[in-house]
Amino acid sequence: MTVLEQPGAYRPTPPPGWQPRVEAGPLLPDAEPYRLLGTAAAAGISPDLLTRLHRELVRGRRYNTQATALTRQGRLAVYPSSTGQEACQVAAGLVLEDRDWLFPSYRDTLAAVVRGLDPVDALTLLRGDWHSGYDPHAHRVAPLCTPLATQLPHAVGLAHAARLKGDDVVALALVGDGGTSEGDFHEALNFAAVWHAPVVFLVQNNGFAISVPLAKQTAAPSLAHKAVGYGMPGRLVDGNDVAAVHQVLAEAVRRARGGGGPTLVEAVTYRIEAHTNADDATRYRPDSEVEAWRAHDPIALLEDAMRDRRLLDDEGVQAARESAERLAADLRTRMHQDAVLDPMELFEHVYADRTSQLREQAAQLRAELDAEAGDSGKGE
Amino acid sequence: MTTAIGADTARKPATMAQALGRALRDAMAADPSVHVLGEDVGTLGGVFRITDGLAKEFGEDRCTDTPLAEAGILGTAVGMAMYGLRPVVEMQFDAFAYPSFEQLISHVSRMRNRTRGAMPMPITVRVPYGGGIGGVEHHSDSSEIYYMATPGLHVVAPATVADAYGLLRAAIASDDPVIFLEPKRLYWSKADWSADAPEQVPPIGRAVVRRPATGGRRSATLISYGPSVPVCLEAAEAARAEGWDLEVVDLRSLVPFDDDTVCASVRRTGRAVVVHEATGFGGPGGEIAARVTERCFHHLEAPVLRVAGFDIPYPPPMLERHHLPGVDRVLDAVARLQWESEWTEGSAV
Repeated sequence: MTVLEQPGAYRPTPPPGWQPRVEAGPLLPDAEPYRLLGTAAAAGISPDLLTRLHRELVRGRRYNTQATALTRQGRLAVYPSSTGQEACQVAAGLVLEDRDWLFPSYRDTLAAVVRGLDPVDALTLLRGDWHSGYDPHAHRVAPLCTPLATQLPHAVGLAHAARLKGDDVVALALVGDGGTSEGDFHEALNFAAVWHAPVVFLVQNNGFAISVPLAKQTAAPSLAHKAVGYGMPGRLVDGNDVAAVHQVLAEAVRRARGGGGPTLVEAVTYRIEAHTNADDATRYRPDSEVEAWRAHDPIALLEDAMRDRRLLDDEGVQAARESAERLAADLRTRMHQDAVLDPMELFEHVYADRTSQLREQAAQLRAELDAEAGDSGKGE
Repeated sequence: MTTAIGADTARKPATMAQALGRALRDAMAADPSVHVLGEDVGTLGGVFRITDGLAKEFGEDRCTDTPLAEAGILGTAVGMAMYGLRPVVEMQFDAFAYPSFEQLISHVSRMRNRTRGAMPMPITVRVPYGGGIGGVEHHSDSSEIYYMATPGLHVVAPATVADAYGLLRAAIASDDPVIFLEPKRLYWSKADWSADAPEQVPPIGRAVVRRPATGGRRSATLISYGPSVPVCLEAAEAARAEGWDLEVVDLRSLVPFDDDTVCASVRRTGRAVVVHEATGFGGPGGEIAARVTERCFHHLEAPVLRVAGFDIPYPPPMLERHHLPGVDRVLDAVARLQWESEWTEGSAV
């Protein structure tokens, strides 16, 4: 028995390491997803913003259906559609300033296009001619990320670096409900909160990680609740209400830019199409569920609200549709052109300077290509 | 100027740990975009004290104690590099780096390639690696083969105090990601060294003949890197008594691999033994032996032999001396290079 174990021995009280760093209450999300369209508060949204959101939603839906059609025609290897989730995509694509950065996942091509990326460049990864078809710096859009949640720490690091350099840049990182189970989700949110980094995390909860429903993904009250454990605010929003998503994201971006730190936003939405064209969604969800969500369509919600305020008429709807058709026609034309690829580029970007080993291998491929060209020349 | 090591050109005794710390300091002083981050690198100065004093000199924004999360450390470094910084990441021990492998393999190594050169990743990942310090499990792995197998990464390992400084400066200056393997058991090795001699910044990818053969009749090349280089040098000295004239090549860089220096040496000597701590099966030695055989077959008097760690998980510290290739095991291999003698079925490599 040591002195400290003897009855009545002096036992100092340790310093209060257990105490909370911040109050938990203000960080908690609302019990219900925040809605704006159809409420009295919707009257305060600027008509210009609504018109812009509407136009992008309609174009976005058409982009999704056209890209899906291109998979059937063999022009795209795969396309993970965001049909039904366009409100999240459009809000994310429009909410940032030019100097800010967007960190999309593979399903977020539309957000990148809304931000200004060429629609064909955004599909390069999915067509298979190169892994990323654009210069990330041109529109401050990171490459579409295929591993789940690994782009989130990148967003944190970039936002942190920008702040160290004195730039008021915000990073918006997109992730799905399945991605919230990944370790990188945890590490990114923890780093962001500890570093007070100007980052906004948008979880698009579309109900399924391929086939696994949310109930099998998490036991948390909501995905927005996860924010509290990191010490950042969690916001829950109706992901099909484009005005609500835009407003919640805009507030979070403002807060981050002003030095208020990161925010986690959960947008509750639904993936109307299968995970990709290669997936059979009828195996894991009933049609009735899909139909119920179709009735909560983001475009219809916005059109109803705009017609109520007399901000949209049949003519306006027609104009948006025509713009969407032009987008689709342009996409069809350009995607039906065969990609022109230079196999020698395979060695171009592995390192800043080719290693001697890569120089040897490039010479080998060059010889093979020349031989091929020679063979085909003989055949003519 | 008051630093751990004088800034003058006089050569003074310094440890590899001091040279590494000095390299970090000099790189940070020369380039404000160089940032050091990792667990315990700030206030504590790293568990091996390599980053000692950096937070004090450059501030916690430049030398940052991160949360304990290797994927997060490397993942945020990716974002920092995207915004034009040069992060130098410390993985506290070799086996602690494994949680960061997805970031390393899925992003760090291929971001330049994926973006057609638009987004280089000038990240240095410092990994204290290898055995011989009596560490408990998960503190002594030789993980170089995992890194070597990933295109887009450079992999270097210094064996001398001067190279520790020079290669680390070169790694930080590189526009590509560099896995910088620090041989833990050489941290306290000393040499006379001056930080300011220019020949001490070798380009990445250049091997060096650490000890030339002198033209003796029975000659061979010992090919090695990192912690096994001093073992080879000692073996080469001891082999003189046996009538062997051994050349020692220190690779310094595993990726890119300096075929020219290695093969020139083997063509001179006619025999080669690859020596490393990592396991032999699927290990770096297999690749090196194959390269040498492909390029120097007609110059070889004997098969290229490998002296490696056993094909076992790194042993507990009280047994590690049986696992690590020592001078005697190298000399045994050299003895077996007299090929005309014999090769019997089942003789261990």
